[in-house]
Amino acid sequence: MKYSPNNNRLSPKILFIILCVLCLGAVTASALFPNITSPFQTIAGVTVVPMQKGINRIGTEIGKFFDQFESIQELQAENEELQKRVDNLLLENHALSQDQNELERLRSLYQLDKKYSDYDKVAASIISSGSSNWFNTFIIDKGKKDGIKKNMNVIAGSGLVGIVTEVGPNHAQVRSIIDDSSNVAAMFSRTSDFCILVGSQKQIEEGYINVININKDAKVKDGDELVTSPTSSKFLPGITIGYVKDVKVESSNLEKSAKLEPVVDFKHLREVFVIKELKEQPKLN
Amino acid sequence: MKKVITWIVTCLICFLLQTTVFQWLKLAGISPNIILIVVVSVGLMRGRTEGMLVGLFCGLLLDIMYGNILGIYGIIYMTIGYINGFFNHMFYSDDIVFPMGLVIGNDLILNLAIYIFYFLMRNRLDFLFYFRYTILPEMIYTIVITLVLYKILLAIHLRLKSSEKRST
Repeated sequence: MKYSPNNNRLSPKILFIILCVLCLGAVTASALFPNITSPFQTIAGVTVVPMQKGINRIGTEIGKFFDQFESIQELQAENEELQKRVDNLLLENHALSQDQNELERLRSLYQLDKKYSDYDKVAASIISSGSSNWFNTFIIDKGKKDGIKKNMNVIAGSGLVGIVTEVGPNHAQVRSIIDDSSNVAAMFSRTSDFCILVGSQKQIEEGYINVININKDAKVKDGDELVTSPTSSKFLPGITIGYVKDVKVESSNLEKSAKLEPVVDFKHLREVFVIKELKEQPKLN
Repeated sequence: MKKVITWIVTCLICFLLQTTVFQWLKLAGISPNIILIVVVSVGLMRGRTEGMLVGLFCGLLLDIMYGNILGIYGIIYMTIGYINGFFNHMFYSDDIVFPMGLVIGNDLILNLAIYIFYFLMRNRLDFLFYFRYTILPEMIYTIVITLVLYKILLAIHLRLKSSEKRST
């Protein structure tokens, strides 16, 4: 069982060093010239992606199968909980229906909705979600051939999902807004106060995103709607992101922070839409 | 040649398993690191050269599909395969505890490295949280998968070895 090195080939140590240098070269090259990786993306696009698409179908079935078991166990408890919530909500509903402010907010929301339903969109399905437990990126089955470009916005239903970070010929990588490295400039649609959304690995389990940098004097309250801000450099304005809760003044007493509940259910994402319109960026000096 | 094709196919299957099937079979939001199991096992069973090449192949696959910079995972997984190749002389085909220990150790080191470079550098200081909710569950899940996957990889290794013996 003893290890015997091959005599007619390079010794492992030297091969290791050579490959390390090559890899470091690749790292530097792709850091300096981001476009250099596109041939590799093409190779992956014609080899791995079709296989992922196929397996994904089987995976969906298996996932559904397991979901069934989960739901049977959880249904009864959930039912009881929901019944309680229905009672509460009925009471709340009476109060809310008289709230004129709410009506106005919904009217303005409707206009915003119209605005981004006019954008040209491409439907795509998620074929693989991430490679490790640290990042929330996923791969969709549409790419350059379908007109998708880097930095295009991705939505699902009525809410923002993320942004395209890499594009291959027939696949694209999307970073979701709950990813730990994601930052989105956002705005309260009711009061037009600006804030920043910071994804956090810690909040993902609970399904929240951190909202920071809210002005201390901003009259925001729990349940306010957040949309993407017109000041954002990559996100189109007015896309619904979610609703805030737990608004509180930071300990520094200079600003407020909150938690955001996204309208998109990130745990059960299957289909998304890519908006085929890039935010126009004026060149600022 | 047979060797090369066998390992490429194995790596591809495991890569696809990890990026598709096991994303649907997440437990507590965590999926196992199957690619790591393959790289560690090949390093242990086949020695430094093959461990290193398999690691490089898997790492580059990850880089191309999921990374923005080509080569980072390539280097990481290549190093893992290379280092585990040093344990090749301690490899006995009927021992499963030692490879499991190696997988645990490697998974811990890999995740610590990711935490330090991607999270600590961005001022995410709550290490205990990340350890409890990401690193530890991944280690446990990975080790359970190792029990099954290692047997399969071992069978591949033994078959390759017997065919090599016949040809020489």
